[in-house]
Amino acid sequence: MQQVITENKKAFMTGNETAAWAALASGADVMFGYPITPQNEIMHYWTRLAPQYGRGFLQTEDEISAGFTVCGAVQSGKKAFTATAGPGNVLMQEPFGMAEGMRLPLLAIIQQRGGPSSGTVVYSQQEVALTTFGGNGEGWRIVYSTATHQEIYDYVIKGFNTAWKYRFPTFILGDGYQAKMREPLELYDPETRGIKMIDTYPLIGLDGSITAAEREPQHLCNIYSLEEELYDVVLKNTAEYESISPEIVEYEERQCEDAEIIILSHGVVSRAADDAVKALRAQGIKAGYFRPITLRPYPEKELRAAIAQSGAKKLLIAESAYGQFYRLTRQEIYGETVKMENLFMPGVGIIDYDIISKVKSIL
Amino acid sequence: MQMVAPATPKSWYLPTKPHKFCPGCGHGIVLKALGDVIDELEIQDRTIFGCDIGCSLLSWDFFACDSTQTHHGRTTPVMVGIKRARPELITIGYMGDGGGYSIGSQHLLNAAVRNEKVTLILVNNTNYGMTGGQMAPTTLPGQKTETTPFGRDPELTGYPTKGPEFIAQLTPDSAYVARATVSKYNQLRRFIRNALRNQIEGNGFSFVEVLSTCPTNWRTNAQQTWHFLEDEMEHYFPVGELKNPFGKGGK
Amino acid sequence: MALVKIALAGEGGQGVQSVAEIIAEAAYNEEKQTIYIPNFGLEQRGGVSIAFIQVSDERIGAPKFNKADVVIALSERAVGRTAHYSDENTLFVYDSSFKVDETDLPRQAKKIIGLPAIDTANKELHPRVFNIIIMGAVIGLTNIVDFEAAKTALEHKLGYKFEKNPDLRELNFKALELGKQMAEESLKEGVQEHE
Repeated sequence: MQQVITENKKAFMTGNETAAWAALASGADVMFGYPITPQNEIMHYWTRLAPQYGRGFLQTEDEISAGFTVCGAVQSGKKAFTATAGPGNVLMQEPFGMAEGMRLPLLAIIQQRGGPSSGTVVYSQQEVALTTFGGNGEGWRIVYSTATHQEIYDYVIKGFNTAWKYRFPTFILGDGYQAKMREPLELYDPETRGIKMIDTYPLIGLDGSITAAEREPQHLCNIYSLEEELYDVVLKNTAEYESISPEIVEYEERQCEDAEIIILSHGVVSRAADDAVKALRAQGIKAGYFRPITLRPYPEKELRAAIAQSGAKKLLIAESAYGQFYRLTRQEIYGETVKMENLFMPGVGIIDYDIISKVKSIL
Repeated sequence: MQMVAPATPKSWYLPTKPHKFCPGCGHGIVLKALGDVIDELEIQDRTIFGCDIGCSLLSWDFFACDSTQTHHGRTTPVMVGIKRARPELITIGYMGDGGGYSIGSQHLLNAAVRNEKVTLILVNNTNYGMTGGQMAPTTLPGQKTETTPFGRDPELTGYPTKGPEFIAQLTPDSAYVARATVSKYNQLRRFIRNALRNQIEGNGFSFVEVLSTCPTNWRTNAQQTWHFLEDEMEHYFPVGELKNPFGKGGK
Repeated sequence: MALVKIALAGEGGQGVQSVAEIIAEAAYNEEKQTIYIPNFGLEQRGGVSIAFIQVSDERIGAPKFNKADVVIALSERAVGRTAHYSDENTLFVYDSSFKVDETDLPRQAKKIIGLPAIDTANKELHPRVFNIIIMGAVIGLTNIVDFEAAKTALEHKLGYKFEKNPDLRELNFKALELGKQMAEESLKEGVQEHE
């Protein structure tokens, strides 16, 4: 495959453009998508760049189709991805569910916008519940919540490898601010950083002839006749998901060792949280910073350890939603007795000042 | 010389004027024609106006009629639901080429097959305007859009959807199906009147596609805009009544 | 340099986003940390267009902010829309070519400055470069980028137009210089202190 980034390139671009370049550099063969703000530019850049590298694109009739066309493409052994937001994410739960049920290496970039319903076209962190546990399944998904453009680039590349290695649908959870803002990052070819892109392989359309008895026909399904069959499948897949989780989990932790209050955030809000913790410390307040990078699997053990070690009396969960990240955290660390406070700003950006004020008001 | 301004339809909601559509957009003309017809037929009090996502959503508070904004492509089923529950109401669904022929196509098709007594007005400007100018089902071959930056290739993406043509095939004779254009206002008004008459008289489904302009995303000046509408779009998408229970179809 | 936060606002079509992009590029070219984010809503056209720019030597936190170091409002509507970004540390600049309602101006500002950018563009240069005058003013007020870096970024963005018409290059650079001067003058003069 033609190398996309021939030498490390510093760039100043939007998150959407970054995502398109990352998918190219990852060797993605095809993108399927449908317009919805704020992720449209991923398609705009892909359609302009893809032909130069022999990659494909189709704007489908809707998001349901975009999700299912990706499922088809990955079943046939090609690296495919899609991107969406808001109500499009809601529609894609059906194909995402199929990807969970059939263990398909689907990759989707989600640029969160206000919800529910059409909400706003701008920004939120209100698609956490949907992206982590949407669909009618048990959450066999890997979700990376990015905070910078460098991370969008890095985690799209990593996401493709995660998806194809472990065969669970993988999501890059961004938001409208990340999508539309410009900031510096470095583009690179994965190989030059020792990142080997995992080989793809087909589940259908395999090599070898069925008629010449070179191989058996492949029969894929996602429905079972008996309850017990399903039971076995669910237990098996869940066990596998749990066993690989330690290899996938990622998080960031700063100054929690002696923290009185740990500020918990994810995605772009973690940037403000980081600034807030620094400012609070400078004012003599012992604040700590904990940020899950993977929302699924959640760094539950690591968070429990941070709470235990610090003896913190409070956790402050800050999110641009009304409790989605809070509920996810609470279910993961059930049993912890630390008081959980919250700063809920649904659909609205959070700055360091918001977190600092909140901390001062509750300490 | 005194400027004579055209009368504002009574059914327009004045607090939301001037409206938010771009300069040169055809929506204003379509909504004027619709407003005129609502006034003429005196149905303002029992009209329910539904709009989709995309530029059509800017019409959510356009009329002094009860209105509901839905989801992308879901205006048709919402109007069907209202009509089925309250048949005395006049339901007018307003959508774009994406809402009708792309994500909403299965709803449009099925409403047509069932001959639902709703009136759907679909504004065709050959692109997805509000999201920044992506390809629409009605984008012409060779037309550049944000997702067909090198021109629409029919080999890859098919030929433009001719909606009224397939709706006419799916519906019984009691349905009304037409295609109008913002370049012919009186005809546009007549087609909308016939469509609403079809619902009011309880005959069946009524559907009017309206060819319209989008200089913002076409990146055209006034002259180029009219040229694209009249010389290109109207040649590709024939204007006229395809199905008319009230008499012979024609211009 | 410490973090500088700028909000630039005007009517759609006044070139607010173009100017913001060029400034951000210039800062990036100087290897500074930069974030530029436009506001965006439903409509394609119309409404007040706002650009948020942050430049710093350190990693920048949240992409938006509550209070700006400099606000520049280029229309009446823009003044009303951006007044709340001003506190006692903000330089609030508006284009004095149009009449602004006292009640729309911010209650708190370090200084409120009226710059007749539109008038100047119309009378001395060309209406089209009014936003470049503003760009010069931003630099004059904040020194957020080196003047030469700004010229380079401007050349990079508009170079293709300058190739076709070399007079445009001189016009734009003059506008940039003029804006910078106007801003520096206004800071010296102590135009309308506001408490």
